[in-house]
Formats: sequence, structure tokens, C-alpha cells
Amino acid sequence: MPRNDNKRFVERDRNWHPPAYAPGYKTTVARSPNQAYVSMQAPSVSELGGPDFSRLRMGPHDNDLLLNYREDPARTGQAGLPIGERIIMFGRVVDQFGKPVPNTLVEMWQANAGGRYRHKKDGYLAPLDPNFGGVGRCLSDDEGWYRFRTVKPGPYPWPNNINSWRPAHIHVSVMGPSISTRLITQMYFEGDPLIPLCPIVHTLRDPEAVETMTGRLDMARSRSMDCLAYRFDLVVRGELQTYFENQG
Amino acid sequence: MQQPNSQPCAETMLRETASQTAGPYVHIGLALDIAGLPPREEEIWNRLASPEADGEAIELVGRVIDGNGDLVRDALLEAWQADAHGDYQCEFDLRAPFNSFGRTATTAENDGEWCFYTVKPGQVTRRDGRLMAPHVTLAVFARGINIQLHTRLYFEDEAEANAACPVLNAVESPTRRQTLIATREEGEDKPRYRFDIRLQGEGETVFFDF
Repeated sequence: MPRNDNKRFVERDRNWHPPAYAPGYKTTVARSPNQAYVSMQAPSVSELGGPDFSRLRMGPHDNDLLLNYREDPARTGQAGLPIGERIIMFGRVVDQFGKPVPNTLVEMWQANAGGRYRHKKDGYLAPLDPNFGGVGRCLSDDEGWYRFRTVKPGPYPWPNNINSWRPAHIHVSVMGPSISTRLITQMYFEGDPLIPLCPIVHTLRDPEAVETMTGRLDMARSRSMDCLAYRFDLVVRGELQTYFENQG
Repeated sequence: MQQPNSQPCAETMLRETASQTAGPYVHIGLALDIAGLPPREEEIWNRLASPEADGEAIELVGRVIDGNGDLVRDALLEAWQADAHGDYQCEFDLRAPFNSFGRTATTAENDGEWCFYTVKPGQVTRRDGRLMAPHVTLAVFARGINIQLHTRLYFEDEAEANAACPVLNAVESPTRRQTLIATREEGEDKPRYRFDIRLQGEGETVFFDF
């Protein structure tokens, strides 16, 4: 098996990512470490390697949220579809040098069009949609492209300030080539007026960082009389070329 | 005028997509059974080793505890570990006896404990030839955690290897080093190692940046 320890990744910029302690998002107050992280000066295969999910067996509709949890038409007598704006969410997984990341696992989850999650713990009064689960996954293709078909999630209120609302968002999880590139983020929708009001968005200090999490309407990829398309490219840490062996 | 070589390389690089919390409903996406969703054809979960896997079968258990001393009952954990021979099995395949990657979660049930079924990892060699003590890399995701926290679980019955491990020794405080050592208990039919992750305050677990 090839060793994975002769590569390096661009250092993660901890000032770009949200800090652990971000008191405007109240739950971080008791869940953020006080101590400094210990930096690994010599990362090993334990940090530089990662799982390859090419052999994970997936169902034919794992990336199609319009179909993957709908009620069984044989049982209900009708072919139901989720309620909401039909959208394609797609994009490319690339690294910081623009190199496509093929065959990497992209997973996503979201609320339904009313802003309700299909989760035992979500008690928001918006109703569940019997034809919507809210989870998808796929592998990026040979050129790093991924795509999902779904409905646009609704915004929803949450207990942070007295009247806090999450902007419409889709949670996105990407593995990348290593556990060092592992990333979970959220895609927001271009133009949503709730984005600048959100305490979780405000955990980011740089407005440009918010731009990296905003999906863009792409009319060219939308389908007439069918669905709109939002593009969301994912950038994972870049792999550095190692030209020189360390001495000793 | 600016010299051509004065442009920092960083300007030609893309910025990494910024992280956001996995939120309270992370289980819908990454732990379907916990959320109450029916499983898909294959799920990535907490059984890294089947009975056919080489090595000593063990359980890893623990809790995640916040700065108030309360249990975090909505965390998702990811494990990454070598097999019993110290090799990583990168090709994830549920038909293989051992996988290096797995996931688990804490919930309102099971006393808020997470669990992995695995084998004790072998020692892994660093590029500089130094041996690291057997360890499991853990990532913690949860509501209120803006970017995942990385830690390492070591084994208390590997005292000699632990004492020589260059990563453990990179933790300057010997007191804090102890937060990375899982304690051994006798399980029902196999050894169980307990590893509580304290996010903040007294006994705060060491987290790594890599």
C-alpha cells in the first residue's frame, strides 16, 4: 500500500474559519476549548491519510431528495413528491490550487420547504413532509463535480436570541483526500436577507468567508419548466508538492 | 513598481471553504438511525472490525462533556485508526474485515455515550522512523462546535509505548497528556476502553491542529 506520509497540506487558516468561542452563537460558550490546540509539527499517516469511499454501495436515488424518501406509491396509491421549490444543487470539489478532487464523498442534509427537519428532536410547528427525508450523498465524478436534486429548504426560528432565524441553508459534508481536508459547512442561498442577520453566519469574521458558503443561482444549469439550479463549489485544503526530502 | 517576485504565493491560491457548525441535526445527514430515518443500502457506522479481523477485539466508549460538566448529547464522532498491524486500510469496504474509518454519535439515550467496535491498533511509524504508540484519531462535530475538534485516544495499558510516543510528548504539560489516555475496563466479552472528551475547563482534552 502506498504510504501517505510524504505529502503536506496547506496549513488551515484558523483566522479564516470561525473561532471555537463565538459568544453571539451562544452554544459555543460552553463547548469551546479554553486551551490552545497542540500543533502537529510532523503530521504522519494518521493525519495525512483518509478513507476512500469508491466502494461504498449507494442506492440509485441517494443524491435525489425528490425521490429518495418519498412514500411508497404502491401503498399510498399516488406518486407523491416533496412540496417546495425544485432545485438542482451542484458544484465542483477542488483543492486550493484549483485541482479537482475526484471520487470524494459529498454528503448533505437539510430541512424541508417549511423549515422542519425530519429528526426526532425537531419540534418546530411547521409540518413534516411525508415525501421528504432531507438527506443525500454522492461521490464527486472524475472531474470533481457533484450534484443533488432537492427542494429549497425553508428558513426556521431557533432559540439563540429571542427572535433568531436561520437563513435557508443546506449542510454539506466533504471528505477530500485526507482526514486533514475533512470539512463540514453550510450552503446559503444568494440574496437571502436572513444571511446578514444570522448569529451562526456571524461566527465568521471575514465577509469574504461568507461568500465561500453562498450558492449562486445558475440559470444555464437550471431546467426550463422543471427546476432552478444553484452552484456551490467546495474548496478543500491544497496538497503541496514535496520537492525535497527532509534531511536526517 | 512592484517586482514580479514580490507577489506572495498565497494570492494565487483559493481560500478553503469556511467551516460551519454541523448543527443539532447532523444525524439526519451522517447518522440516519439516530435521527430516526430508515437506512440506505450501506451506512458508515461504528463497527470498524468484524470478528474475522486480525487483532484484539475491543470496544471504545466515552462521553462528551461541556464546560458546565453537562453531557453533550448531540455530537457526532469520526474515528480513524490503523489495523492491528499498524497499517491504515484506506479503501472503505463494508465487506472487508476491517475499516480504518467509522462514525458514532452521542444521544439522549445510552447515558450519552458513544461507542466503537474495533480492534486495538498497532503502532504506526512516522516518516522519520519513530514509532507512535497505538492510537485512534477522533474528530468531534456538534452544535456549538464551529469547526471539528481533533484529538487522539491512547491506551493506558501501553505505558511503555506511550512514554516513547513523539506525539504524546509534544504535549508539553504531562498533566494534559493524561487527558489522551483511555482507561481499561473489563467489558462483557472483550476489553473496553473509556475515553471521555472534555471540551472545556477542568481536565480539558488536548485537541490538535494538523
